[in-house]
Amino acid sequence: MEYKKHFYETLLPPLLGIALFILVWALIADTRDTIPGPIKTWHSATALFSDPFYIKGPNDQGIGWNIWSSLKRVGTGFGLAAVIGIPLGFMIGRFRFLDQMTSPIISMLRPVSPLAWLPIGLLVFKAANPAAIWVIFISSIWPMIINTAMGVRQLPQDYLNVARVLNLSEWKVFTKILFPATLPYMLTGIRLSIGTAWLVIVAAEMLTGGVGIGFWVWDEWNNLNVEHIIIAIFVVGIVGLLLEQMLVMLAKKFSY
Amino acid sequence: MNPTHQRYVLVEDVQMSFDTRQGKFVALKDINLNIRRGEFITLIGHSGCGKSTLLNLIAGLLMPTSGVLICAEREIAGPGPDRGVVFQNHSLLPWLTCFENVHLAVERVFGATESKAQLAQRTSEALVLVHLSHAEHKYPHEISGGMKQRVGIARALSMQPKVLLMDEPFGALDALTRAHLQDELMKIVAATQSTVVMVTHDVDEAVLLSDRIVMMTNGPAATIGEILEVDLGKPRNRLALANDAHYHGLRGAVLEFLYQKQANGHDK
Repeated sequence: MEYKKHFYETLLPPLLGIALFILVWALIADTRDTIPGPIKTWHSATALFSDPFYIKGPNDQGIGWNIWSSLKRVGTGFGLAAVIGIPLGFMIGRFRFLDQMTSPIISMLRPVSPLAWLPIGLLVFKAANPAAIWVIFISSIWPMIINTAMGVRQLPQDYLNVARVLNLSEWKVFTKILFPATLPYMLTGIRLSIGTAWLVIVAAEMLTGGVGIGFWVWDEWNNLNVEHIIIAIFVVGIVGLLLEQMLVMLAKKFSY
Repeated sequence: MNPTHQRYVLVEDVQMSFDTRQGKFVALKDINLNIRRGEFITLIGHSGCGKSTLLNLIAGLLMPTSGVLICAEREIAGPGPDRGVVFQNHSLLPWLTCFENVHLAVERVFGATESKAQLAQRTSEALVLVHLSHAEHKYPHEISGGMKQRVGIARALSMQPKVLLMDEPFGALDALTRAHLQDELMKIVAATQSTVVMVTHDVDEAVLLSDRIVMMTNGPAATIGEILEVDLGKPRNRLALANDAHYHGLRGAVLEFLYQKQANGHDK
């Protein structure tokens, strides 16, 4: 009985949703012969993933290499954004003057589409790969700065009173109070920015070329291989979901 | 008795005003109070009478607009480990265990002069004092409200402060836990000979624990209305006092002050 209840409450709804989704997809594919149906796509996917790590020249590599290249770019751009954005967020949250100084610039630059920064990257770095990393950096830095600063600002007055009453040194205040109190906010910033970074990488790689999941989509469009484009959409979605889940799990460890 | 002991904590002509959007707000004025060493003082009054403000002034968390505060012959210029504070909402750091929370305080006061083993020893002793040795490796969210407050008391006492300042420490607890902690506090204070200033709005608590009850008038511009000497012998037993005529007389005096002389404040 327990097992049955579990099935109806937690497993059935998502399974039903997925089945319905595939059905709608199959119906659409049936009426338009340019769009491949689920079965055709599945066969294409099994063929594709049977050899994910082949290399036949710079523009023809396995899907595994393409995903890996995109992840590497996101990791580098994102890592650089964390190294700069998190300390900056701490300072902005702690010092009102700096907050007011940077606030108009951040407010103005944050809504700009990260792709608008691509030409600047190409101009400065004179190469496609660092330019793509640069775009990722720009797209991930804002949530990290803003959330870290918010975490510092939302530090409960009680904790600061404890620090004052115990007369703690600045270093102790940072390691024992400020950092742990801000950590959950910081992780929210990291989660938001990795989401954006993964969104942006596809578009950036379409423009810069090379090896990467975004470029691969564009390449398959030029080959008119629509099955592969649909596979790419699923791959991007699943990798994004995994990245997000990883960070949610990490955040759970640090919620007090 | 040593003259310093007679005038251990001194509050002289203290006025406290805050700048608000509506202009200057005078919270306290003409506050004069002299606390003897080893004395247990409670500050009582309706909400908004500035009793917590007065406590924060002694703690050094606030600076008076005018007047002077002195603790053990030194002017109070800011918070310091010689005045241990127990906050109303315990204010334990949730990412540290009970032991680590107390250790943070011990380390700050004795870290420069004592070995690591001695610091750990002091921390354990403070937790033994509040009967919490069994929970020292638990995190604050794993223990009850009463236990959290006991860790808060242990943290304050571990610094061996000259004065223990408590801001409605048992206000958020249920009646049974509160009574239990009051009994424990009486024992701890008797054992450590601490000087205590406690803010409360509970008349029974004030009479049970205090040597003197400082009754404050309603704000704004609140001041000390009356000071009641609680001349009941120690140690005190709540059951024995329940049938003690003198206890009821004292209790009546506080109630009369709060609900007749300062009655209007209750509606604010």
